[in-house]
Amino acid sequence: MPTYQIKVNGASKTVDVAEDTPVLWVLRDHLDLVGTKYGCGIGQCGACTVHVDGTAMRSCSLTLAQVDGKSITTIEGLSEDGSHPVQQAWKEVDVPQCGYCQAGQIMTATAFLENNPNPTEEEVKNAMHGNICRCASYTRIKKAVLTAAENMG
Amino acid sequence: MSSNSTITFSRRAFMRTSSLAGGGMLIGFNLFQACKPKAEPPVDLSLLNYNDFNAFIKIADNGAVTIYSPNPEIGQGVKTSMPMIIAEELDVAWKDVYVEQGILDTENYQRQVAGGSQSIRFGWDALRQTGATAKQMLVNAAAARWGVDAAECSVSEGVITNAAGETLGYGDVVNEAALLEVPEEVALKEPKDYKIMGKNATNVDIDKITTGKPLFGLDYKAEGMVYAALVRPPAFGKKLVSYDDSKAKSMPGVIDVVKIGEKVRGLLAEDPSFGSKISSSDKIAVIAETTWQAFKAKEAIEAVWEDDTTVESTEDHDKKLTALLDGNEFNTMRSDGDVKKAFAEADEILERTYESPFLPHNCLEPMNFYADVTDEKVHLVGPIQTPAWKAGLVAKMLGREEKDILLEMTRMGGGFGRRLFGDFVIEAAEVSDAIRKPVKVVFTREDDMGIGVYRPAIKYRIKAGVKDGKITAYHLKEAAINDGMYGLIPNFFPAGAIENYQVDSAAYDSNITTGAWRAPYTNFLASAEQSFFDELAELMEVDKIQMRLDLLDKVDAEADERIQYSPERMKEVIKVAVEKSGWGNKPSHVYQGFVNYYCHNSHVAEVADVEIENGEPVVKKLTCVVDCGIVVNPTGAANQAEGGVIDGVGHSMYGDFTFDGGKGHAQNFDKYRLIRMREVPEVETHFIKNELSPTGLGEPTLPPAGGAIANAFKAATGNRLYQQPFTKNPELLKVPEKEVIG
Ligand code: FES
Ligand code: FES
Repeated sequence: MPTYQIKVNGASKTVDVAEDTPVLWVLRDHLDLVGTKYGCGIGQCGACTVHVDGTAMRSCSLTLAQVDGKSITTIEGLSEDGSHPVQQAWKEVDVPQCGYCQAGQIMTATAFLENNPNPTEEEVKNAMHGNICRCASYTRIKKAVLTAAENMG
Repeated sequence: MSSNSTITFSRRAFMRTSSLAGGGMLIGFNLFQACKPKAEPPVDLSLLNYNDFNAFIKIADNGAVTIYSPNPEIGQGVKTSMPMIIAEELDVAWKDVYVEQGILDTENYQRQVAGGSQSIRFGWDALRQTGATAKQMLVNAAAARWGVDAAECSVSEGVITNAAGETLGYGDVVNEAALLEVPEEVALKEPKDYKIMGKNATNVDIDKITTGKPLFGLDYKAEGMVYAALVRPPAFGKKLVSYDDSKAKSMPGVIDVVKIGEKVRGLLAEDPSFGSKISSSDKIAVIAETTWQAFKAKEAIEAVWEDDTTVESTEDHDKKLTALLDGNEFNTMRSDGDVKKAFAEADEILERTYESPFLPHNCLEPMNFYADVTDEKVHLVGPIQTPAWKAGLVAKMLGREEKDILLEMTRMGGGFGRRLFGDFVIEAAEVSDAIRKPVKVVFTREDDMGIGVYRPAIKYRIKAGVKDGKITAYHLKEAAINDGMYGLIPNFFPAGAIENYQVDSAAYDSNITTGAWRAPYTNFLASAEQSFFDELAELMEVDKIQMRLDLLDKVDAEADERIQYSPERMKEVIKVAVEKSGWGNKPSHVYQGFVNYYCHNSHVAEVADVEIENGEPVVKKLTCVVDCGIVVNPTGAANQAEGGVIDGVGHSMYGDFTFDGGKGHAQNFDKYRLIRMREVPEVETHFIKNELSPTGLGEPTLPPAGGAIANAFKAATGNRLYQQPFTKNPELLKVPEKEVIG
């Protein structure tokens, strides 16, 4: 099996896996970073969202070759202590129901706010449209993204 | 039930105390039943035994309070709201309370119920009494130390004050309190004095959720654990003939390939009640070092299947259900007066048929479970709503003693009824037994959606008779796949309001696995009945709200014990919904639809606002008014209520699942449409303020949503919608040409 050097949450990691292994499963099974969730495996739900060089991507649909030399951030690396303004806004608004989708939601939201720090409600809805919340905590997700934008601004 | 306890059941019966070895007091109590006669809480925390008590409170000698409860959390917030109730009566500051998931790895496994909308309702008295009793013991201890009468002491946030103004903290007297007798009578707080309940408390797991800490079953890992993915029948009605695993076995990381199914069949033979509910076909378990390796190697298995029983299709079901409605083989669930006679005498009759499809639950965390079967014990870990039942079945299947089964529950990535059904627990146990390794069975999304458990497809036919401007007869017929409505549903609204009233149910036995789905049966029945009432009011040319109020006026819930709802509480939610939604006072481009409903012991009214955009009706807003008694945690309650409404909108608009040749049309979210952010309407929730015992909240806001939007669509387009999902007939979701121009 080939060996890959990847950078996750600022640390270099060496993993020895089959080349078709999605980044999602490398994170979860090999690197013990289980915050990134499996929901569909086909890029449809957003539960597995991570940042690759700052861009939100579906880790279930990424191979290691695609992230070669790039830097991955997962929910565990977003901040040391949960203090990122988006995480704080999630707490302030008390967003989660079951909570399973929320890491993916937070990762999508943080990358979006990096590029668009003062979004309109419509822009937030468009940005978050790709992330399923089966518990339908959508109203609060929207509110938390807007709250984070305000707190960051 | 009043919130002030007038119930006299012995405190000793459901709570016991002990002093902890390291200092402090431990209170063991039972939420749902009396404690066993000889049970005593341990003196060492590592020995918490959930077989004897299903929850514990520790009061440490620094005054900190920790609540241990193994109650599973499926997203409905009980892990936050139940401890709030205890803390309220115990009179401690919420910030000094810690909530811990109970450690279940004890010698005796606990037996308990994990109940969706019912947890708070059943736990209400026990939780309050436990908190209040513990407080009384602490006060008694302080009074004894001071040599004063306990009655002259008061408590605020864990500090006891006597008449002279001296104070003692709970921590100061806890060791003495632990030695006292449990008092028989204690006073409960008046709702107006609540300091914690009724105030927002953030989800207790919020930090772990927002930082990605392991919480869910899929996140659980154990030393030496391997992963299993199962090759399942490609369709319902198929069984395994043979398979070739040579390719799979040569793939990286693959440890073993085993066939399972025999043990499940043994279990089914023994316990036929479980029989109709689970697939007995052989499955092939591919065991590998990682999840991905197991998933990949599963695809490399070449399996041959053959038809075992009939392979069914939605087209067949459609015919069968219609034949049942047309036929005569009903089980009559309730019958008042004589509907036949009333129909014969009616001036006008309205009859309509409503239909709904199968629905997968689609919990975002796919089904999974960990099992480690050894000669000494069977260790099970994962997300399950019915732990006791499943532990018992595993014991039976493996021929083990129940005391050898240890089951730990994790947080669940959604339940919706799917995790009541523990097929995955049984599978994990059978795989681990076969390979004698700790293993986690993980469903792919395709396994979870494509060959899982579904809400049964159902048709309702409703017929009403009107005579002299009054509704004189109402006949509801149900035709369902596998199982029709149960127990109390026939006594929901409008039972009791119409003199001649009958509810009949019939079912077609299918080999497609069906089970409870969030708000079972009412999730579509509410939509059907409430659309019907709307149409009936149009036929009678009466005001839609007034018609409902008039019906409620006729209900005498005191005279008929079977009636489940309260006509007064129902009228109140209707009244508030009319007011809050601006019913009848909206600008002409806003079309509204109304629904009132009762289920899961709560009363709900919802109003949908629809506007036309690009010639199509769009759901803009739902106003939801809920009477669920005292709201323990308003932020959690609002989250639940909104989630239910949006879930109801989403599934009635888009949720569809059809079968052809026994195979579902969708295997994953590319072909199955769930509601997403842009389609989400605004939801405005109001809770009726009263001092009545709390009732269900996880489910009751869902059923009315479909009917509310169907009624609003009718107002907007002139079209009645009889079939869910509403997007199934796009031509009905168009505004007629002339109106667009006009
Ligand atoms: S798991 Fe990657 S998008 Fe669903
Ligand atoms: S909170 Fe449950 S899936 Fe989003």
